[in-house]
Amino acid sequence: MKIQSQKDFFSGLMFMGVGVAFAWGASGYTLGDGARMGPGYFPLALGVLLAFLGSIITFKALVVETVDGDKIGKLAWKPLFFIILANLVFGACIGGLPLIGLKPLGLIVGIYLLTLIASNAGEEFALKPVLILATLLALLSYLAFIVLLKLQFPVWPAYFTA
Amino acid sequence: MELFDNLALGFGVAFTFQNLIYAFIGCLLGTLIGVLPGIGPLATIAMLLPATYALPPVAALIMLAGIYYGAQYGGSTTAILVNLPGESSSVVTVIDGYQMARNGRAGPALAAAGMGSFFAGCVGTLILAAFAAPLTELAFKFGPAEYFSLMILGLIGAVVLASGSLIKAVAMIVLGLLLGMVGTDVNSGVARFSFDIPELTDGIGFIVIAMGVFGYGEIIHNLSKHASEREVFAASVTGLMPTKEDFKNMVPAVLRGTALGSLLGILPGGGAVMAAFAAYTIEKKTKLKPGEVPFGKGNIRGVAAPEAANNAGSQTSFIPLLTLGIPPNAVMALMVGAMTIHNIQPGPQVMTANPELFWGLIASMWIGNLMLIVLNLPLIGIWIKLLTVPYRWLFPSIVLFCAIGVYSTNNNTWDIWMVALFGIIGYIFIKLGTEPAPLLLGFILGPMMEEYLRRALLLSRGDWSVFLTRPLSAGLLAASVLLLVVVLMPSIKAKREEAFVED
Repeated sequence: MKIQSQKDFFSGLMFMGVGVAFAWGASGYTLGDGARMGPGYFPLALGVLLAFLGSIITFKALVVETVDGDKIGKLAWKPLFFIILANLVFGACIGGLPLIGLKPLGLIVGIYLLTLIASNAGEEFALKPVLILATLLALLSYLAFIVLLKLQFPVWPAYFTA
Repeated sequence: MELFDNLALGFGVAFTFQNLIYAFIGCLLGTLIGVLPGIGPLATIAMLLPATYALPPVAALIMLAGIYYGAQYGGSTTAILVNLPGESSSVVTVIDGYQMARNGRAGPALAAAGMGSFFAGCVGTLILAAFAAPLTELAFKFGPAEYFSLMILGLIGAVVLASGSLIKAVAMIVLGLLLGMVGTDVNSGVARFSFDIPELTDGIGFIVIAMGVFGYGEIIHNLSKHASEREVFAASVTGLMPTKEDFKNMVPAVLRGTALGSLLGILPGGGAVMAAFAAYTIEKKTKLKPGEVPFGKGNIRGVAAPEAANNAGSQTSFIPLLTLGIPPNAVMALMVGAMTIHNIQPGPQVMTANPELFWGLIASMWIGNLMLIVLNLPLIGIWIKLLTVPYRWLFPSIVLFCAIGVYSTNNNTWDIWMVALFGIIGYIFIKLGTEPAPLLLGFILGPMMEEYLRRALLLSRGDWSVFLTRPLSAGLLAASVLLLVVVLMPSIKAKREEAFVED
């Protein structure tokens, strides 16, 4: 059996997997019956439905012909890695990482780090424009979020303000 | 004639210099908030609520209302320019609006959104003023069974939103419904799917999913293409205003959207979002004129109709608030809070006990709409400039604003981790060719659907036929089946494939 549509095949598998996972989780809660639905009733029904739909999609992916095989194509590992890393580092700057005892480094440091890391996700990386962008963003964010909107963020590293 | 007397009273109140200033500040603040992706009117109103203690009640409510509308307008701007739905009601605007921006028609898209919203706002205000009392009668007829069937209809309609595989769209809706299940079950207090993580007992935030899937997923996907293949925004921006052709197309769409939005907004329970989806669905069903861009590729009607619908819906959603005291969504709940602080009990007596408040508010809504269009239309030129910024400057900014926006909802870094997770998930969705918009609708409606299903069955004591024996509910379900049949029929199916042939 040839996979006629790669995209559909894998999405079908994904739906089946997620559906089964939710259904399995839901069966752990009280189900109840129609008149008195427990917490597990609706999620179980939906999980089963999703798994069923997933199986249909996978089946179609094996049977219905497509022109070019609907390939998924290469995964963009580099952009994925850098964007997510930038986000995670920013989160660590704002909230600190209690697990390793890192205190929050603050918004400004976070913005610089995020910009520097995220810019690596593109094709070219030139330090000076990136630094200018980071400074602009830091300034803008400070004005908009801290001064104007008075949001509560740690702005400077906790090591200095504590 | 009583209507005109009341409106005159209202305008008298609203047109005082002080109240106009407050309306203006509210609109300005609201638009700024709405434009920043991730920060919405809910957070803003919550923050500004204490500031309004000192203001007289009418002024406070006028300002808060201004913020609410401003945020909706601003939210549409980001949806069109950057493909980020900042509000649940902008999810639909993203679909055609962003495509229009990519084709160099961001100006007409923004103008269509603005003008459609303004028109709908005016009509909505009139309806509010004229029909507040009789319309609540209608709302009373809707019991849980009717709501459930209405949502089924809405979800089936949402399938039409997907331009790709029908069954994958349905699967995405169900996935969205399931994601909505995460959190504490209201009826039993059981924390579902929370893996003992306290933050998950409140469920996954809408903003988190929206930012992750629409924001990060899209950015990662864009970066994976080489600069030449990347679908950059067309270098030539063709004009700021819609063409005469555009206007001709827009007008019926706006009228339909307004009608739909006015009706659905009255139902307590968030009519504005459903109205936007429903309006888009209906537009899609109408025949395309020769030479019109297909839906999903930048059809101006796909922007004008949902925008009109959600604005009309927001206006008429004041009806259950002002007449019954039932807030249709979280923002309105805050307004109820504001009223209570000023010793006003929202409910049927507001109209008679505080007429200048009621009518003053209505009049200021109209003024707010006017101010917004005056504020925003000239600014379109500035917004367009934003699109000419090279992508390598734009995308780190989007990553930053998403992270900040998400953090500001709960001041909890947990949300930032979740956005990262959904960014990865969003990218996977794009690679697998599954559409995120149906997922978001399912997510919003999931908990509500479960609630209504439960209540309906509780009231009927476990009798499932209640959905068919109650006439309104049966009618809605029949409409859903009809819609499904129409979409699935082979001949229509062939035309559908034809209409949505991509590359």
